[in-house]
Amino acid sequence: MALQSLDIVRRSATTTPPPGVREPSVGPVAKLIDTTKCIGCKACQVACMEWNDLRDEIGTNVGSYQNPADLTEHSWTLMRFAEYENPQRNGELEWLIRKDGCMHCEDPGCLKACPAPGAIVQYANGIVDFHEEHCIGCGYCIPGCPFDIPRISKRDHKAYKCTLCSDRVAVGREPACIKACPTGALVFGTKEDMKHHAAERIEDLKSRGFEHAGLYDPPGVGGTHVMYVLHHADQPELYNDLPADPHISAMVGVWKGVSKPISLAVMLLTAFVGFLHYIRVGRNEVSELDERAAAREAERKS
Amino acid sequence: MSDPEGRDAIVRYNANERTNHWIVAIAFMLAALSGLALFHPALFWLSHLFGGGPWTRILHPIIGVLMALAFLFLSIAVGKDNRMQDRDWKWLRQVKDVVNNREERLPEVGRYNAGQKLLFFVIVICMLGLLLSGIVIWRRYFSMYFPIGVVRFAAVLHAVSALVLVCVIILHIYSAIWVKGSIRAMTRGTVTPGWAWKHHRAWFREITHATNSRTRTD
Repeated sequence: MALQSLDIVRRSATTTPPPGVREPSVGPVAKLIDTTKCIGCKACQVACMEWNDLRDEIGTNVGSYQNPADLTEHSWTLMRFAEYENPQRNGELEWLIRKDGCMHCEDPGCLKACPAPGAIVQYANGIVDFHEEHCIGCGYCIPGCPFDIPRISKRDHKAYKCTLCSDRVAVGREPACIKACPTGALVFGTKEDMKHHAAERIEDLKSRGFEHAGLYDPPGVGGTHVMYVLHHADQPELYNDLPADPHISAMVGVWKGVSKPISLAVMLLTAFVGFLHYIRVGRNEVSELDERAAAREAERKS
Repeated sequence: MSDPEGRDAIVRYNANERTNHWIVAIAFMLAALSGLALFHPALFWLSHLFGGGPWTRILHPIIGVLMALAFLFLSIAVGKDNRMQDRDWKWLRQVKDVVNNREERLPEVGRYNAGQKLLFFVIVICMLGLLLSGIVIWRRYFSMYFPIGVVRFAAVLHAVSALVLVCVIILHIYSAIWVKGSIRAMTRGTVTPGWAWKHHRAWFREITHATNSRTRTD
């Protein structure tokens, strides 16, 4: 989504400061997803389709309530259903439902990997947004992402993902999914408030026997602007492989870190060394003596 | 053979070899320029040469595959003359004499000197690295068939191979500028006997001997 927002803190493939004169007084925002309150109704998925005018293809049933089977360029949020038999509770079945989608990392790997200036931005409120009109379709954001979120459209070859309804948030409204949630599992506000709210929820869960209940705000990516309350915060993998310690891959760090300017310097230096050699040592020329020696040798051989 | 001015000339590359070389060279320049556009933001403006970002992304891998294919033929043509021999290692140990134009102190050189041979092997390795990693990170057609860890590694390998290739090609081009009389080998196809005598004496002896024993009439 493109907005002339003037509150950009990071801009992909850009080495000068992005337009950031506006500093929202509320500070960073966050969506809190309380998996313990989620009933799997998919109202959030429908609201996302409605607000963003997205219509995914009708797929096939894969033996689960999960539908569609995966995130796509048309499905920016997806309820992932996991059936977990808890050994601590005599194998009692727990239906762990996690609303998947972009986590809006404070340190976004997609933005770091992106080679197209301005195709990915991060606003002062923490939202990481794709500006598809600048996207070149290389797909580098995919290896950049620790959560496997961006999807490339098979039609226009641009990358798409959840915008955290940056267009709604920019005018003071909550994301569409938040508005649709019937149980209060989804809440939205300042990141500060969401942490307070989560702390209360966790206290309540602990008092009711979920001793490992906790907040998922992974420090490996600097924290996220989409956070989870999990009953099993000690085992996030239970929730359809939510990574326990996500971080931008070291490979992406090597690929996109200081190695790039150093590499450019090495190329320039190579050319400069050649130039220096030319003016210091100089050209290597064939003299008339060489030609005569060659002629003599040819004569001798014949 | 003689050149248009009637002076002796030795054929170094025939028309097919020259064509092959320049196809690789042009493809390399295009691949390097489009690749550098995506390599660092400071060079993104190069993407305008190719019609913008998306066109750069579309064209770069196609140019790359053409380059690799053309290089395959070139490497078959010149590969046999690029095997390292004992005298090549001696030549490399005397690299100081090489860069200071003291060729009289160096061992005799065959069709290619040790520097050219090393360059050849480095290019072969870089081309393989670029081709294999390039296929893995070609999002439109291939990336979905590889695990994410492989894609991440391939992106690094692609950048490293490209860096090495660009640097050795800069050296390759500079060598042609430095050693006068070399460029015509790839443009006209011939060099002067003096050039061959000075820079590739063993090769010069080999071919003058062969030609003379074949064509005694002149």
